[in-house]
Parts: sequence; structure tokens; C-alpha cells
Amino acid sequence: MADKRTTRSGGFARLWNDPTVRARTFQILTALVVVYFFWTIFQNTVANMERRGISTGLGFLSQPSGFGIVMSLIPYNETMSYGRTFWVGLLNTLLVSGLGIVLATIVGFIVGIGRLSKNWLVSTLSAVFVDTFRNIPLLLQIFFWYFAVLRNLPGPRQSMEIGEMFFLNNRGLYLPAPLPEEGMGVVWGVLVLALIGAVLLYRWARKRQEATGQQFPAIRVGIAMVIGLPLVVFLAMGSPMDWDVPELRGFNFRGGIVMIPELGALLLALTVYTAAFIAEIVRSGIQAVSHGQTEASAALGLKRGTTLRLVIIPQAMRVIIPPLTSQYLNLTKNSSLAVAIGYPDLVSVFMGTTLNQTGQAVEIVAITMLVYLTISLTISFLMNIYNKAAALKER
Amino acid sequence: MSDGKVNPVLPPPSLSVGVIGWIKKNLFPSWFSGVLTVVLGYFIISSLIPFIDWAILKADFIGESPADCTSEGACWVFIGTRLDFFIYGFYPESEHWRVNVIYLIFGLIIVPQFFSAVSARIKMILGVFGVTVFPALSFVMIYGSETFGLPIVGTSVWGGLTLTLILAYVGIVAAIPIGILLALGRRSDMPLVRALCVVFIEFWRGVPLITILFMASVMLPLFLPDGVTFDRLLRALIGITLFQSAYMAEVIRGGLQAIPKGQYEAAEALGLGYWQGMGLIILPQALKIVIPGIVNTLISLFKDTTLVLVIGLFDLLRAVQATIIDPAWRNVATEGYIFAAFVFWVFCYSMSRYSQMLERKLHTGHKR
Repeated sequence: MADKRTTRSGGFARLWNDPTVRARTFQILTALVVVYFFWTIFQNTVANMERRGISTGLGFLSQPSGFGIVMSLIPYNETMSYGRTFWVGLLNTLLVSGLGIVLATIVGFIVGIGRLSKNWLVSTLSAVFVDTFRNIPLLLQIFFWYFAVLRNLPGPRQSMEIGEMFFLNNRGLYLPAPLPEEGMGVVWGVLVLALIGAVLLYRWARKRQEATGQQFPAIRVGIAMVIGLPLVVFLAMGSPMDWDVPELRGFNFRGGIVMIPELGALLLALTVYTAAFIAEIVRSGIQAVSHGQTEASAALGLKRGTTLRLVIIPQAMRVIIPPLTSQYLNLTKNSSLAVAIGYPDLVSVFMGTTLNQTGQAVEIVAITMLVYLTISLTISFLMNIYNKAAALKER
Repeated sequence: MSDGKVNPVLPPPSLSVGVIGWIKKNLFPSWFSGVLTVVLGYFIISSLIPFIDWAILKADFIGESPADCTSEGACWVFIGTRLDFFIYGFYPESEHWRVNVIYLIFGLIIVPQFFSAVSARIKMILGVFGVTVFPALSFVMIYGSETFGLPIVGTSVWGGLTLTLILAYVGIVAAIPIGILLALGRRSDMPLVRALCVVFIEFWRGVPLITILFMASVMLPLFLPDGVTFDRLLRALIGITLFQSAYMAEVIRGGLQAIPKGQYEAAEALGLGYWQGMGLIILPQALKIVIPGIVNTLISLFKDTTLVLVIGLFDLLRAVQATIIDPAWRNVATEGYIFAAFVFWVFCYSMSRYSQMLERKLHTGHKR
């Protein structure tokens, strides 16, 4: 009797203590809980939507939207579909993120290098910049630039202007728009050819240097080629370019390119905020390169500039790239704060207005999140490729 | 030299020491640097003088109404009269003392953490109290409870700095346990558990907080069975917690990875099971090294709480937004934003200094 019980519980205990069995049981249980969880949510959602009379499916994307958007990179008006509003919003998001990434990188690198400057004023000012803007919420900065600065600019009639070409007022920044005339295509063609030529030249110069040790100023010649050749052609064709200069007509400006204050405020805030983070990344990246590297390259007889270009920057970049990528991702995600000041980005146009009009919360929230997920995963995928190429190759 | 006399040590040239030496070395080391100093110096002085003039010299500090802002400078009177609103939101004035008691207890928990004279044990006890009893106590005090004779104050009137602090505190305290589980799950040997954790973490990290808040406010009600409703604040808190726990998981995973493999093996060799090994050996070490990381995520969460205004909650920034448009006052937007920025800055900057201090302190034992 006693014997039997021991064997039975022993068998059970053996089974219970077998890691594989336990792992499998636990995973099956987890799977069941997760499936049940999503099933309940699904059931509730369907029931709730039926009760509230919300239609489902993606049919709404082809219905006319009936609302205007202040800024659009593609032709758009109220009669177009919700699908079109999605693209307008997405392009506006990509525009502000792209511009923001470029500007924040430039400012961030300048400030980051400035923090390491031997000049006391430069390093202190950079440190103050970083410590100030990193510790103030981005949304507050956006509001500040928008409501306290750009909204308080003078009206169109009292615009600030530079040389009757650029105008800044509370309706936005007005820039002259280029109007290409016949023959401009040739100039663009030459520019592309010059770019290809410069790359080929650089490769040739490098190969020659590796083979013979002879140097060739490929970068300088390349830059001269890329700027010079199209310029010569441009002048030879008789300057086939006109400018559409904005003009004050009545109460507002006509013509030119307008940068609406919403875009300006968002861009300023995103740039300054992200630049403060990038500056810290750049500083720590440069400081991570040990001093021995600088000394070794000096011992090899490299000049200061060459040391920076060939020894310090490549090694610092290895440390800088991964956190820099996550800053780019943050900037892209943070551009969704546009909704708070009414810049027509994806969240504002699609998750805001379109959702309010159609009520199809599930589809719209899912599409929007999917877009951001795709952007995030794409950027991190590309950066992983770069990272692999730049990582230490240990032999 | 031959007569055996030692030459006296000459003082350094007067141009390389003292104030002049410092200026020469730090402001004008080369001509480029010198030009930079002059340009930046001009820029700073020309913008700082009008600012000081506006913010301090010509500003109005004392008064009670818009009429007291007579000079051209900043109107700080506005901030003074609205200070209560900025701190408590619409919380009824007769009940402000309840919030104040919580602020006092909060201060008693936080302040000792900054002093090295306080023993580690006391800090620990205070910390544990802060994440367990304190949230419950705060809820009873701020929300109210009939059994203790405190009238109920609904979450719809909570606001201002108090709401900002509640959001950040609950977000971080709730995110830590979930983050620990997710981090352990991501490093688990079980493929299904690992996959689920990876998907969960990457999903919440891949989307902006604003879309999560939208989701929490418009989709969460759809997910629940009929008749069950969530308070608006609770919905925001759920969104924030999900978002924050994904970031927390990655921070904690960093700590888990930094623990040498020998520690895991030692735990197994002692015959400890998974949870015992993790709870007694690995997590205490891992959490200790990630405290600075946790503080850093707390800083970003604190700044991110401002986003709740898009779903209609009345945090500090929203309170400022709502008052600066009062037509009784002349344009006070700048004053309002500077005040809000200052408050956020003080919190975030002190937290970042604290985290840097911890980093320096903790760097000694675990540097490998």
C-alpha cells in the first residue's frame, strides 16, 4: 500500500520536476491564457461596436472626407477620400521627421563637439544648452515656440523681411519658390553625372593610393566638380530658372513657398530637444576613444585633421550610431505631438479628424500604430545593417 | 652654476597665471577660438540683458489682480495668483490639506535618499514603503474614503502638478514589476514566452505614446464587456503603464545581461530553483546596477506625462495652457510657459543629478 503510493507520487514528481515537461506545460498554459484574453477582447469589441452601430472594415477609406487640411505635399481637397487624408498626413509626418533628423544631427554634433572645446565659453554654453533643453518636456517647448513666439510675430502687413525675398509673420515663413524653365532638366542631368563622376574619382584615387601610395585630392576635386559643372551649364543655358517671390496682396501673401507656423514651431522644438540628446551621445562617443589612439596616430605622423578623420571619428561613430538611431526613432515618434498644435501630421489628420468623423477607432488606431511600427522597424533594420558593417571586426 | 649656488625659482610669466592667464588659456587660446568667444559673448550679452531686464528688473512681483501689472516687464503676479490652481487643479480648496499631507510624506521619503549620512538600511525601508504602502495611502487620502470620514473627491477634478506627479509615480511603480517579468521572459529558454515578451516590448516601444493614449481613451472602452467602464484617469494610467513597462523591461534586461554567468551557475549549484535563484541572487544585483537607468526612464516618463492633455486630463501644462488665455490678463503666455518649464526643469534636473551621483557611486564594485 505504502509502496504503491510512493511510486505513484514518485512518478508524478518525476514528471513535475522534468524541466522539459514543465516548460511545455507552462507554455501551453500561457498560450491558452493569451488566446483567451484576445478572444474575450475580440468578442467584447464586436458586441460593443454592434451596439453602438459602428461599421467595420476598411470601406471608409474610399469615402469622401469632407474636411480641408492646411498643408499638403500632394494635391488635396475636401472631396477626396479618407485614404487620401491618410497619405497627406503620412507625408507631413515624414517631412517634419526628415527635416528634424537632418537639423537635429547638425545642431547636435556642433553642440556635442562644443562641449569638448577648450574654449571655456563654448563648452559652458553647450553644457547649458544640453542641461536646459533635455530637462524640459518637448510638448512644453512646442507650445512655447508656437503660442509664445511664432503667434506673437507681427501680422502680414508688418512682416519681418530680408531683401524683399523672405518674409516672416504670424502666418508663417514665406520663401521664394523656384520655377524651373526649359533647359533646367539638362542642369539636373549634369548634376547627376557630376555626382557619379565624383564617386568614381574617389574610388580611383583610393585604389591608386593603396597601390602606389600617391595621393590625389579626390574630395576637393569632387566637390568642385559637383558644384562647378552644373553651375557652368546653368550659366551657359542662360539661367533657366525663375523665382516666384511672395508678394503682399490685400491681407496676406501670395506666391512662394509657405512654411506654416505649426511646422516651424514643431520643427524648432524637435530639433532643439533632440539635438540636446544627440550632443550628449556625440560627446560620450568621442570621449570613448582612448587617448592612446590619438597619440598612436600622432606617432605614425598623421596630421591633426587626418587623425580626426581617419582615427577618431570612425571609432567614435561605432559608439555613437546605436544611440543615435534610437534618437532618430524618438524624433519620428515625437513628431506625433503635432496634434497638440494642429500641424496636420498622421496622428492629427487620421487619428484625430478622420477618427472623429467615422468613429472607426479600431481600424484607424491599428493602421496608425502599424505605420509607426513599420517606420521604427525599418529604421532600426537599416541601422543594424550599418552597425554590422561598422562594428569591430575581431580576427 | 659652478660656484654651487642654486638659481632662485622664478615666478611664472604674469601673462600665464591669475585672471589674465585664465582668460588667455580658456577664452583666447587661438585666433579662431578668440573670434568665437567674442561673437558668442556679444550674442549672450545682447540677449541676456533684455531678458534680465524683462524678467527681473522691470517685472511685477507683488499684487493680486491684472491691475497690478503696470510695468513693461514680466507679470509674475499672474503666476502668484494662479499658483494654487497650478498645484491642485480643480481639487476643492477645503480638501487641499489632504494633498499637502501626501506631499509631506513624499518629501520625507525622497529627501533622505539624497544624503549619505542616512544609512542604507533606512533608505531601503523608506524606498520599500514608498512603492508599497505609500501609493495605497495616497489613494485613500486623495480620492477619499467614507470609512475614514474623508469625502470622496472624483478623479475628474484632480489636476495640476499633483496629477503630473501621480501619473509619473504610478507609471513607474506599476511598470517595475511588469518590466521585471518581461525582462525575465525575454531571456527565458521557453521559445513561446520569449516570443511573446519580445513582441510585447517591441510593439509598445515602436509606437508613440500619444497613439497609446488615444488607444487607451477610445479603444479600451470597446474592449470591455458592456457595463464595465473605466475612469478617464485610469485609462491614461493603463496606457502609460503598458508603454513604460516595455522601456523598463529593456533597462532591466541590460542589468540582467551585466551579471556574470558564474552568478547564474552558482545559484543553480546551490540547488536554488528558477524563482529562488532569480529573486535571491540575480535580481538584487541586477536591479542595483540599473537604478540609474530606472531614474532615467522616470525622467522621460515625467516629461511624457504632459501628453495626457491631448486626451483631456488636466496636468500642470494643461493648467497653464488654460489660464494663460484668460482675457482679463494681458498676454501672459511667456510667463506661464517659463514657470511651467522651470517646474519641470527643477524636477528633471535634480533627478538626473541624482542618477549621475548613483552611477558614480555604483560604478566601483561592478566595473569589469
